[in-house]
Order: sequence, then structure tokens, then C-alpha cells
Amino acid sequence: MTEREDSLFQQEFLEKERYHKTKVCICRVMLLVLLLALWELCASLQIIDAFIFSSPTRIWSCFVKMAGDGTIFLHIGVTLWETLISFLLVVTVGVTAAVALWASRSLAEILEPYLVMLNSLPKSALAPLLIVWLGNNMKTIIVAAVSVAVFGSILTLHTGFAQTDPDKIRLIRSLGGGKRDILFKVLIPSSVPLIVSNMKVNVGLCLVGVIIGEFLSAKAGLGYLIIYASQVFKMDLLVMSIVILSILSMALYQVIAEAEKRFL
Amino acid sequence: MKTKLEVRHLCYSYHTLEGETQALSDISFDVRDGEFFAIVGPSGCGKSTLLSLLCGLISPEEGEILIDGIGRRDSDAAIGYMLQRDHLFEWRSIYDNVSLGLEIQKRLDEEAKEELRNMLDTYGLSKFKESKPAQLSGGMRQRAALIRTLALKPDILLLDEPFSALDYQTRLEVCDDISTIIRTQKKTAVLITHDLSEAISVADRILVLSSRPGRVKTILEIHFDKAFDRPLLRRNAPEFSAYFNQLWKELKTHD
Repeated sequence: MTEREDSLFQQEFLEKERYHKTKVCICRVMLLVLLLALWELCASLQIIDAFIFSSPTRIWSCFVKMAGDGTIFLHIGVTLWETLISFLLVVTVGVTAAVALWASRSLAEILEPYLVMLNSLPKSALAPLLIVWLGNNMKTIIVAAVSVAVFGSILTLHTGFAQTDPDKIRLIRSLGGGKRDILFKVLIPSSVPLIVSNMKVNVGLCLVGVIIGEFLSAKAGLGYLIIYASQVFKMDLLVMSIVILSILSMALYQVIAEAEKRFL
Repeated sequence: MKTKLEVRHLCYSYHTLEGETQALSDISFDVRDGEFFAIVGPSGCGKSTLLSLLCGLISPEEGEILIDGIGRRDSDAAIGYMLQRDHLFEWRSIYDNVSLGLEIQKRLDEEAKEELRNMLDTYGLSKFKESKPAQLSGGMRQRAALIRTLALKPDILLLDEPFSALDYQTRLEVCDDISTIIRTQKKTAVLITHDLSEAISVADRILVLSSRPGRVKTILEIHFDKAFDRPLLRRNAPEFSAYFNQLWKELKTHD
């Protein structure tokens, strides 16, 4: 890069960009503050019933109380743990199965209708079945979460693998390479961006699956907390769990996005 | 001069559920050792099919291919194949790209590595050894692709429109560059192109294919004075336009 001073027009352009960025950032925060303030105001003026609709301060004090005795961290930890395990399982099973389908055209064609069916089946319908089969425990939750994400993942990855540049495969073959070389030298490395973007989708889907599982069979976790809170009508607890859940899903997504930036 | 490559009565068809498409019909020609042989023809005449057959990626339905008098399947001759684009892998450094062939064939020992480094030196790429392909110009990328091919010490080089993805100016320069390297290495090369002036500027002989199914129309001998022994110089030679018109006519006539 040259050490030359930026021209006046360049400076003006940069100034404009900076202004735009600051504006977006301020408006984002303002929007949140405004909504929270409106909510709080309506609750305190009794336009809405704070017992049913809760309010930011009630949510906060609920959080402080549960953070005090540490129970909230237990629930967050359990949900996080289940999500991570199912996420790792989905990625491993998804990539392995997609490679197997890519390697065998017959296998891919035999399994295709089943995968499409399993993918479009609403997985929440499976959860009650899983409880009976696997019992009221974490296994059920993880299997439920895996089932939500894994079929879509296999289909997406397989479609991506099938679109690998045929000329790159020709190149490997002309250099004397076989199917194994094509897999490890072209297919997997060229599919890393696809696998990562698929991971971003999967981590969210795993969280969905974990919550479905926890609704039905759990002794701890945010999903359990939501169901429990609705049954005993503790709306502060319920809304707080949802807020934490949103923060958690965003954080999980950001971790992968950050890793993508760092390593790709 | 000794014959390097013989092609005898080659036929090939593509099969789909809709039917059979004959791509090549009764192709016969010889390529001499150290010769630069060009094949031109209208698009869809089966040029690339012919190269895939020569390279051994697909097998002929009829006819045979002999290298040094031995059948393609039994021959242990190495064949280098340069595709239309350089296909350098973006996730590998230039060095890891040029060593790809040796790596696949598990021949990447110290001696081979040394030779690769020398080649990178000779062709002015040693500075970019650790760079990613995206940091190189189109011409340098083609050079890297050529090194990747030459690293396997091929007896025959197959070039499948290797310059067609480049813009016109770069294309002239890279064509000059690459073909001069191939000539100094005294490699036997088969170039496929649809660009008549490119064929005239590099080749010793040019084979003209008819449109589908591809048949040999004619084989044209190209002679230039010693003074015009580089592709860019050939384009200035007085015979150039005569050859061009002759080829043009061959392609235009329908039999």
C-alpha cells in the first residue's frame, strides 16, 4: 500500500460510510430500548397485565434471583451441552452419509425417497415415540435433536457434493488419481464453505430439536423451564427462558461465523 | 522421425436414454516424436472426446491408440493433460498445486521436490511458492498449471484449449510463453483449439475435423522460416494469412 494521503473525495466517501454505520448501530440499540421501555411503561400503567405479559424489570429480577442460586446456569448448561452433542453428531453423520451417497450412485438413488420423506416429516411427531423407545432421559432429547437436523443436512451436502466441478475431477483422474484422491483432494476441501454454511443452519436446528425434546422429557434445561413455567403460570420465568434462548441461538451462530472468518 | 502416437480407426459414441450420439467416426492419424500437433474443428466436433480417449479417461469403442507402438492400455507412457482452465486449487499454495500429481502418484520424494523448486525457479514462480492461486495473474496461473503437468515428466502433452479462458492479449502472450517452453523441452504435444490462428502460430501440423460426428478432413503441414520460430513472430510472417485462408476453406467446405 502506498503512504499517499487519501484524496478529498476518498475522505468524503469514508466519512459517509462511517456516518452510515454509526446510524445503523444507534438505531438498532434505540429500537431495542424503545420496545423495552414501551413494554415496561404499558405494564406499569396497567395497559397490559404484567402477570400475563410480564415486563422487562420482572424478567430481570427473575434472572437475578435464579443467577443468585445458580439454577439458571444449570439449565442453560444442560441445554447447551445437549445442543453441542447433537450438533457434533449431525455434522459427523451428515458428512459421512453424504460422502457415502456421493461414492455410490446406486445407494443414493435407493435411499433418496426415504431421505426426502424423513426430511419433510415433522420431527416433533417423533418425540413421543422416542420417549417410549428410549426413556425419559437425555438420550431421547439428543436423538430428537439429531433427527431434526440430520436428514436435511445429508440432502444439502449430497447435492453440494454432486455439483463438484467435473473438470477438477478430470484433472485428478488425468494425474492418475482414483476415487479416494478425488474425495480427499477435491471433494472435501472444495466443500468446506458448504459444510460450514450447513453447520450454521444445523446449530439452530439442533437447538430447535433439543427444546422439542426437553418439552417432553427432561428434568432440566431451558425447554423444561418453559414447560414448567407455563404449567405453574410463572410468566416471568417463561419469558426469561425465551429471552435466554434467543441470546443462546444467536451466540451459537456467531461462534461458527467467527470460526469461519478466522479459518477460511 | 520416429512416430510417437498412432491413432487407428477410432470411433466413439455417447449413450443416453434418449439415444446414441456419434462423436467420433473413423479417426486415424500419427504424431511424430517431438512434434507439436494441433487439432481444429467446429464446436461439438468431438475434440475434447478425442483428448479424453488419448488420455485414457474413456476407452474407445472401436479402433486403437498406440504409444511408441504399444497399445494405450498396456503402455506405461505418462500422458500430461492440460485442461481448458488452469484448475489450480484455491485452497492449496502454488507449491502444493504443482506437486499435486506427484503427491497422488506417491512420487514426492526429496529429488522430486528439488526438481519442482528448480522448475518454479526456471519459470519465474519461485517467489510465489507459498502464495495462493488467487494472487497470481492469468499467465502465471497457466505456467503453474504447466509445471503441475510437466512435473510428472509426460511423454506426450495433451492441451485442451488451455488458453481459451484468458483474455485476448494475455492469451497471445501465454500461448507464446507456454508453447516455447514445450518446444524447448522437446515434448510431443497435441493441442486442441477452435482458434485457427492459434493453431497456425504453434503447430507443425494441423488436423482438421469435420462437424459431428468428427471425421478427419485433412492434415495440413505448416512451415515457417527460422526467423519466425515463435508463435508471436509467426503471426507476422507472410505465409500466415495464406495458411489461415487454407484452413478456413477446409472448415467451411461440407462434404
